[in-house]
Amino acid sequence: MSDSDSNTVNKGRRRMLIAATSVVGAAGTAAFATPLLISWMPSERAKAAGAPVEANISKIEPGQLVRVIWRGKPIWLVRRTDQMIKDLPSNDAMLKDPTSSVETQQPAYTKNAIRSRKPEMLVLIGICTHLGCSPTYRPELAPADLGAAWKGGWYCPCHGSRFDLAGRVFKNVPAPTNLVIPPHYYKTDDLLLIGEDGGAA
Amino acid sequence: MAAYPRTTEATGVLGWIDERFPILETWKAHMSEYYAPKNFNVWYYFGVLAMLVLVIQIVSGIFLTMHYKPDSELAFASVEYIMRDVPGGWFIRYMHSTGASAFFIVVYFHMFRGLMYGSYKGKRELVWLIGMALYLALMAEAFMGYMLPWGQMSFWGAQVIINLFQTIPVVGDSLSVWIRGDFVISDPTLNRLFAFHVAAVPLILVALVFVHIVALHTVGSNNPDGIEIKALKDDKGVPLDGIPFHPYYTVHDIPAIVVFLMAFFAIIFFMPEMGGYFLEHANFEPANPLKTPVHIAPVWYFTPFYTILRAVTLSPFMGTLAMFGAIIMLFLLPWLDRNPIKSWRYRNTAHMLNLAIFAAVFMILGYLGVKPVTPELKELGVRMTEIYFLFFIVIFAHSNSEKVGRYLVWFLVLAAAIVAIDFYRANPEDAESYGQIWWQMIWPIAYLAMTLLLPFLMRGCNAEKAVPERVTS
Amino acid sequence: MSNSIRKWIFVLIVPLLVFGILGSVGGGAGHGVALQSANVNFDDKASMQRGAKYFQNYCSGCHSLRFSRFNRVAKDIGLNAENGFSEDDVKTLINENLIFIRDAEGKKVKTGSLMKTAYNSKAAAQAFGASVPDLSLVGRSRGADWIYSYLNGFYLDPSRPTGMNNTVFKDVGMPHVLGNLQGWQTLEHSEGGEHGVPKLTLSKPGSMTGAEYDKLTRDITNFLAYVSEPAQLSRKMYGIFTLLFLFVLFGFAYALSKEYWKDIH
Repeated sequence: MSDSDSNTVNKGRRRMLIAATSVVGAAGTAAFATPLLISWMPSERAKAAGAPVEANISKIEPGQLVRVIWRGKPIWLVRRTDQMIKDLPSNDAMLKDPTSSVETQQPAYTKNAIRSRKPEMLVLIGICTHLGCSPTYRPELAPADLGAAWKGGWYCPCHGSRFDLAGRVFKNVPAPTNLVIPPHYYKTDDLLLIGEDGGAA
Repeated sequence: MAAYPRTTEATGVLGWIDERFPILETWKAHMSEYYAPKNFNVWYYFGVLAMLVLVIQIVSGIFLTMHYKPDSELAFASVEYIMRDVPGGWFIRYMHSTGASAFFIVVYFHMFRGLMYGSYKGKRELVWLIGMALYLALMAEAFMGYMLPWGQMSFWGAQVIINLFQTIPVVGDSLSVWIRGDFVISDPTLNRLFAFHVAAVPLILVALVFVHIVALHTVGSNNPDGIEIKALKDDKGVPLDGIPFHPYYTVHDIPAIVVFLMAFFAIIFFMPEMGGYFLEHANFEPANPLKTPVHIAPVWYFTPFYTILRAVTLSPFMGTLAMFGAIIMLFLLPWLDRNPIKSWRYRNTAHMLNLAIFAAVFMILGYLGVKPVTPELKELGVRMTEIYFLFFIVIFAHSNSEKVGRYLVWFLVLAAAIVAIDFYRANPEDAESYGQIWWQMIWPIAYLAMTLLLPFLMRGCNAEKAVPERVTS
Repeated sequence: MSNSIRKWIFVLIVPLLVFGILGSVGGGAGHGVALQSANVNFDDKASMQRGAKYFQNYCSGCHSLRFSRFNRVAKDIGLNAENGFSEDDVKTLINENLIFIRDAEGKKVKTGSLMKTAYNSKAAAQAFGASVPDLSLVGRSRGADWIYSYLNGFYLDPSRPTGMNNTVFKDVGMPHVLGNLQGWQTLEHSEGGEHGVPKLTLSKPGSMTGAEYDKLTRDITNFLAYVSEPAQLSRKMYGIFTLLFLFVLFGFAYALSKEYWKDIH
């Protein structure tokens, strides 16, 4: 209040006020930016289009592959025969990751020797883990182009990657990892829901 | 040019930049050593607020473009997609719609400040001209933006405006087809207006804002007293009444910006439609070329000019000319108002009345633009249009306050012109409008009396005050 | 005359002129039929649920809500976790009560789908003389009061193909779908003309009492007003927080400005 006070600049107060205003202002800017940033998240339309897909597996014959679409990706539903399942362990030595140790490629409930929840039903995303082509289904035994040791599986025509009937990738092929298994569960014996884990693994 | 190699006193990163880019000189010239008059009042906030709204529109606009579809089949639905399905989409949309109206409110106040304080005089004519170019570009931008939601008003409003081009003799028809890209307003029209609205005109706006500020800073800012602060400098060359823009006006503008944002966000969150003036009810119906709305009106910020368009009934083309003429008159202000006194504070009472009436008339013209036409309102529109144009003649008449006799001459000439136009217009067979013409003559005559007769008869109303050397408040 | 006096005269003259001049010409014509107040209330979730139910049952056969999604509606009218509904409960409720349209394979559409109608609009244009409008935005283009007045405004009119007319929508092509509930009204010749609510009397009662039908129409109006802008349920709350925040920011900014302007005399 005295004369001398009004002539000197209170630098400390100014710095504090600048700091305080800046902090509050920054908080406001962050609040303002929030709706802008969340507008990039999937919209209701994208979420609706990406909603889980139901499939009735009762009509799938043993050995047959049925394809459905989920989130724009091909999903393979294969009813494996007993022989196919029995032959799986014999591939182990030729595979890069026979025990599905790479966690990102399948949900925990399919981390087993045959990579499925329901033994005979295999559910895979039909996209090669190399560069994204869709491999061809080769269930036949020992065809001429794939060799005598072939027990059935998938062959990718783009760069020659091979996968067995549990979607596991072979050694000495370009693809690095096993085919991905999407989240899924069985609502009933016949009704498969792709896109959700469905509670307990 | 600076000698090579360029030296700087700054160190570190700033020094590195300053050796290669005139960052410090620019900062000094336009911020820390740009001396602005210390007596800026409320009216001087609207420039920085206009810049703020421009930034808001560009940011919100960019995010809208991420989801909007400029296709006549998809556009309307894409706006509803933004409003409902995009997270935060409704907020971005309301920012943009509220920002559009806020832009015009801010700009109208900004322009009126120029009228009150004579900011277009002296060497600031170019600042004014660039500002008027900005106003035109802004109107174009707003018009095109309004088309994009492709609602009933988008379509039919565009129909009315593009039909104006059809009124041009000889070339009108081909010109409108060329503008539309089709024989009726349709998808090609929408798409090209989208390109202009999103890319071309924003670039023009930003470039014009840049030169607007450069032109202003070249001469220096005006102030509410209309005094040239550079006339009195201290021994360091700093104007006695000047203060550095930074930190004083940067810090002074922030509370004003916050107050503006309070109003802005209050509208967005509590009344984004503003009773149908910011988001028109009719535009929530998809465009239907076969169904004309009962009531076509442009958005509120265009309505004064719409009234002027409708008021001139000689021919559609004359109406169009009148509408554009109304805007062109504003460009001419620096050469019409030749009174050496800048601020209305020191000019005579007649000039103050002239400005006040102009403001009132502009608002009435705007209001009339949203109402349906009745005989009384139609005539009022004509009268308000007359006063609008008379304003420019009167301001010219006020250029010299000493030759008082001239006021009387101007009054008689202009009043006679009004009456002559009335005789030409009056059609005794049309009883309704005939009656309206004769009693509503009072408006322009009273206007002329207040602005020309009054200073002639009462010297007190013609008295100009001495402009002080130093700023007052 | 000092400048401050002149300033205030200036400030007062402008509105005086505007209102004075406009007042002297009468301000312009009125707007047509007066509307009854709908008194929309989005806190009354029960009303919105009934409204959704009535709309789906009586209106969605012809009228789509093509911008609205089933799951969004369900969440906003109270079928959500806060009210104790699990995700599966909600899906079941939506499926059973709200979804009556099916996809190309004959299955009911998913809960995230848009609320379209199976009705062919070309058929409608032929049958009713006008295509059946989508009602997603009717709450904004016409307003809640109009919707409420419309639903209550049907009256017998033998000159019309449907036998009915409507006080707020002259010569409407839509039949009185809710006629069995409301009953049938006749219009007493309105001398009030355009300035009063037209007088309608119930000449033949329907299955609902006047109060019941009024509640039904308020529920439908409430629902449609919500559908026209779902964001209105949450934006006011954001507004209050924003304004409070800006008030605080203003305090700091103003103090900062005042502090620096101590330098200026």
